[in-house]
Amino acid sequence: MYQEIFSKYAPTKDNLIYILHDIQDSDPQNYISEEAVQAVSEYLKIPSNHIYGVLTFYSMYSTKPRGKYVIRLCESPHCYIKGSENILRKMKNTLNVGIGETSKDGLFTLELCACLGVCGNAPVMMINDEVYGDLTEDKVNEIFAQLREVK
Amino acid sequence: MVKTVNVWIDGNHIEAPETMNIIEVADKYGIHIPRLCYHPDLPPTANCGVCVVEVSGNPLPKRACCTPVAEGMKISTNSRKLRSYRKTLVEMILSNHDVTCPTCAANNKCELQTLANNLGVDAEHLPQILRKHKHDESSVSIIRDVDKCIACGRCVNVCNEIQTVYALTFADRGFESHIDTAFAGGMANSPCVNCGQCTVYCPTGALREQSEIDAVWEAILDPDKHVIVQEAPAIRVSLAEEFGMELGTVTVKKMYAALRKLGFDAVMDTNFTADLTILEEGTECVAKLKAGDPRPLITSCSPGWIKFMETYYPDLADCVSTAKSPMSMFGVLAKTYYAEEQKLNPAKIVTVAIMPCTAKKFEARRPELRDSGYQDTDYVLTTREFLRMIHEGNIDFKNLKDEDADENMSFYTGAGTIFGATGGVMEAAIRSAYTLVTGEELEAIDITAVRGLQGVKEATIPVPGFGDLRVAVAHGLGNARIVMDRVREGLAKDGVSPWHFIEIMACPGGCVGGGGQPYGNDMAMRARRGEGLYKEDKEMKIRKSHHNPEVMGEKGIYARFLGSPNSPLALKLLHTYYFKRSTSSGQVTEQATHKHH
Repeated sequence: MYQEIFSKYAPTKDNLIYILHDIQDSDPQNYISEEAVQAVSEYLKIPSNHIYGVLTFYSMYSTKPRGKYVIRLCESPHCYIKGSENILRKMKNTLNVGIGETSKDGLFTLELCACLGVCGNAPVMMINDEVYGDLTEDKVNEIFAQLREVK
Repeated sequence: MVKTVNVWIDGNHIEAPETMNIIEVADKYGIHIPRLCYHPDLPPTANCGVCVVEVSGNPLPKRACCTPVAEGMKISTNSRKLRSYRKTLVEMILSNHDVTCPTCAANNKCELQTLANNLGVDAEHLPQILRKHKHDESSVSIIRDVDKCIACGRCVNVCNEIQTVYALTFADRGFESHIDTAFAGGMANSPCVNCGQCTVYCPTGALREQSEIDAVWEAILDPDKHVIVQEAPAIRVSLAEEFGMELGTVTVKKMYAALRKLGFDAVMDTNFTADLTILEEGTECVAKLKAGDPRPLITSCSPGWIKFMETYYPDLADCVSTAKSPMSMFGVLAKTYYAEEQKLNPAKIVTVAIMPCTAKKFEARRPELRDSGYQDTDYVLTTREFLRMIHEGNIDFKNLKDEDADENMSFYTGAGTIFGATGGVMEAAIRSAYTLVTGEELEAIDITAVRGLQGVKEATIPVPGFGDLRVAVAHGLGNARIVMDRVREGLAKDGVSPWHFIEIMACPGGCVGGGGQPYGNDMAMRARRGEGLYKEDKEMKIRKSHHNPEVMGEKGIYARFLGSPNSPLALKLLHTYYFKRSTSSGQVTEQATHKHH
């Protein structure tokens, strides 16, 4: 199952991060499972506990299943001043989730992150690899509606 | 050649090799630099910052554990500034440490407690913020109390670098950073082999054994139960230090007296079954040698090693002796042979084992070790638990009058007692295997090549009629890996193992350095306990297992009950089989070997 990813990388320790990214990106639930860690452990000859240490150190990795769309809302000062708190409340209510949780339909996971480097368009969030700026509560509604249609 | 440099520590001129760190040089010279995460047996991690010292030419203090000495260095270890730094550091550590000292297993043995006391720390200075992690009580051997953890990393270090078990790791980051097993599954669902080295290196009470003290008191106080106690070889040299006697003193007769005072109905000795193990394992070894088997025989007494083998080397399970450990042999014989002799109902017998070991708790609960029809070993107490019971029982251990053990299943030889030190099982086995092969007695019975703390020891013993017997001894599981990899390599290359017979002990130093031993247990202390055992051996009249009259004599256990070594009854009661385990969860995936029929 992971062979296709492994075939792109030599079995050396320095490839760990890249392999983990590929596994997470190819997973429909956007996470890295215990089985995946076991497979990587065997391929790279790195003990599972070390891989778990790496996974939990970097916030971009998740060890729990997530939605199809992972929302990362910036919680740094610029976005906060420009009202990211209201956006967060709006998203929590709309999706009926807390931070780190996934909506019932399995589509959205709500996370917070540090500065995304587009402060000129604060408040800002990323959904998967896409950046969304100048957020308002209405704009959030629109974005969610569009993404729901794509399914 | 390593260059020698001149340094001055607190004004003392010292010549030291430039590869050494400041803290090592200071230790060697007898200058104590306060520390928390540094331990002389482990590679430095520089986690805690308590060992800061002032070094000439540096505006900021340096960590003594990871700063190498250099020519002309002037080091100050105890200035007012440093004391203030250390105090602040310890106050911050205490602010998220569960300060419940009087009820803590590590009370009075805790390095954090001592340090806080020595530095005059003000506990009220900072607010208490506990992370409120759940205790990990999944393992039958070890509890992890994360709120007492100060994240020094010693357990992670010993688990990964020394033991190469790969159970513990740092997880998460920042304030959330803590020590965990992969996927937070708990020790029982990790490759943890229960060796307990994490508990002996933990500077606080965050890692400790699952205590069985209450259950043992319960059994002792139950008039219906016949409670039998056995003690491992290492116990008799590990009690003295607690009571202000010289480290490594043999206190075997006080140990028996204390056990009787605690109320055990029968006081016997694991050393007796250690001698029996030599006969069973030695016979197995000789059969292998005579058959010209190219695969080695590996000892099976250490339960940490057995689970490690099942996890990482199941392909070599058939090389591991099928003989049960002395503890398990004792358990099964107590509920069969002893029960018959004493006309006791085995259902009412409770067997308690006092072990220097946390993994024995796991071994006792292995479902296959029930050949008596009952759980062969009911309870296992570590040395630390036994010491706690002595205190609870209000026993003045130091002034106890010497007593002997009961007559049954307690007589032992010098060979049985050295089981507790690395190389001891090998030495004991050679003393008897020599006779089993040649029919003659080995004269030079002090086999010093297999003694001592070198990680892997090798020896060649000429055996007339057989040739050169090649043996290896490893202690500490990292060293076990070195030996097992070479066996694997040899077998893969030309089908022949580099050694005929191999002793492996999970813990550095062997059982005297076990995971259930008293806290504050570095390699130097382990060595002194081991010397105590060799001294006891040297002073004994009988020093070979096959000369133990209670084992091989006319009225010995073979004559009265078992028949002969490796007889059908011996194979049924005293031998076992092994499994293959997952390297991620430690759970059994399939059976690796089978029981003899």
